[in-house]
Amino acid sequence: MSILIYTENWDGKFKKLSYELVSYAAAIAKEMGSKVIALSIGDISDEELSKLGDYGANKILTVKDERFTSLDNRAIANAVSAAAKIEDAKIVIFANSNLGKAIAPRVSVKLEAGLVTGVIALPISIDPFVVQKKVFTGKAIANVQIDTEVKIITFSQNSYEVVEVENNATIEAFDPSVVDGDFSTTVTETNKVTGKVLLTDAEIVISGGRGMKSGDNWGGLEQLADMLSAGLACSRPVSDEGWRPHGEHVGQTGKIIAPNLYFAFGISGAIQHLGGVSSSKVIVAVNKDAEAPIFESADYGIIGDVNKVIPQFIEGIKEL
Amino acid sequence: MKILVLISNVPDTTTKIRFTGDNTSFDDAGVQWIINPWDELALTRAMELKEAGGIEKITVANVGEKATEPTLRKALAVGADDAIRIDAPAKDAFYVASQLAEIAVGYDLILAGIEASDYNGNAVGGMLAEILDYNSVSAVSGINIEGDKFIVNREIDGGSQVLNITGPLVAIVQKGIAKEPRIPAMRGIMMARKKPLNVANPIEANERTQFVNFELPPPKAACKMIDEENAKEIIKLLHEEAKVL
Repeated sequence: MSILIYTENWDGKFKKLSYELVSYAAAIAKEMGSKVIALSIGDISDEELSKLGDYGANKILTVKDERFTSLDNRAIANAVSAAAKIEDAKIVIFANSNLGKAIAPRVSVKLEAGLVTGVIALPISIDPFVVQKKVFTGKAIANVQIDTEVKIITFSQNSYEVVEVENNATIEAFDPSVVDGDFSTTVTETNKVTGKVLLTDAEIVISGGRGMKSGDNWGGLEQLADMLSAGLACSRPVSDEGWRPHGEHVGQTGKIIAPNLYFAFGISGAIQHLGGVSSSKVIVAVNKDAEAPIFESADYGIIGDVNKVIPQFIEGIKEL
Repeated sequence: MKILVLISNVPDTTTKIRFTGDNTSFDDAGVQWIINPWDELALTRAMELKEAGGIEKITVANVGEKATEPTLRKALAVGADDAIRIDAPAKDAFYVASQLAEIAVGYDLILAGIEASDYNGNAVGGMLAEILDYNSVSAVSGINIEGDKFIVNREIDGGSQVLNITGPLVAIVQKGIAKEPRIPAMRGIMMARKKPLNVANPIEANERTQFVNFELPPPKAACKMIDEENAKEIIKLLHEEAKVL
């Protein structure tokens, strides 16, 4: 019996959320007395793979088959399912990322497993297996029971602290026995965001709204982001106006993020925006309008002009 | 080519969320129901593809009881040609996907919103693809048709891709797939009354998950307000009090 986790990588490295998954799975495994098996697909060095062991993975299965670079949903689902069967996995955990959300439903059908997406904490109980997730776009929390023998969850990022442990993992090459017919996706173009902090990985996010007045006024926010190694984000009107790229839109219909610290500059805080950021641990809001709903969700607030506040923030950070 | 758009009937996004029965079920008293926002974008893109030519028919389908029919009528008013309602409560993702698999065969492109704004599941589209052994692409922010291939824009974690894939395809769509959702015009609303809305009986299928109960998040402490002139003070508080800097 084991817990299988699918650990995603980015440019040959594991993402922080992969370590969160390992730590999270290790905590469940301890309670169940089972092992943690990590599945990695991609050209990852043994040194990088072994890092998964530092967070509690007992065994790392590595697949280096280049065909998987197309991120074909069926092929990856087949590979994960094959690993789950061989390792007798009773729980399969994915990140609640674009890829995890794409693959987990397919695997759940293959393994006849119940699936809960967007889980935010350790299970409430193991038997019966009950997990928590946010529903109604963050307006409520649900306790959901999975009734099948095999359970699958996708786990939200920034919901579990990474914990280093004394542990050595074995690394094994894994042949998922996929055939060419499993691959039907031909990628013709890839645009990677480079040199910037990934928004969904960022611990601090600097975000601007309509109150920034124009896309030309982002210099201060970019400087703050640089100083804090933060991700840049914006509200929907900003990306709709073309001031900033769509990839930076956070909110109910954009990206949903959960950083430790979220700065909202000139964002009024419509319910649709809050749906994407309300899981942030600390929210700082700067807005001219004292009635802006963002202040109801914020921990720290300034009623004032973003242009006067941003330089003071920059100065304050320099003094830290 | 035929397109099927999957529709979830969800509470209006501004609904105040309450629960009944000792917090075991959603209190739908007085709730306004809408087409799930992502499904609405999917339908809009389907309409654009049809207007570009080569699409024979757009069908919308949901799993839901009779009370969900106004939402399907609205989808017909936006421009779908016909609708199918599978007459059963939407118990869980696998149950819903199993029902939809019964009516989805024969469509070349199936569009599903990336999640529903009620239980935020993200699962029905992918499950349906696996049940039918169809190709699937998720986080789709653009789709075009070229001969027998679909040209798909997909968001990946940290970038985006363009890819080719053949049908039948389940495309799980997100923001960007269409700019603004279409609002039904008066003519559309009149025409929708005459369009077919077929009711199908559900098949036997299992549920694999169940909601035990719900909780409302704890109320947030009041926001600490700082004067504009002392903005620097916040940085200090974030460092010393909140310890996030």
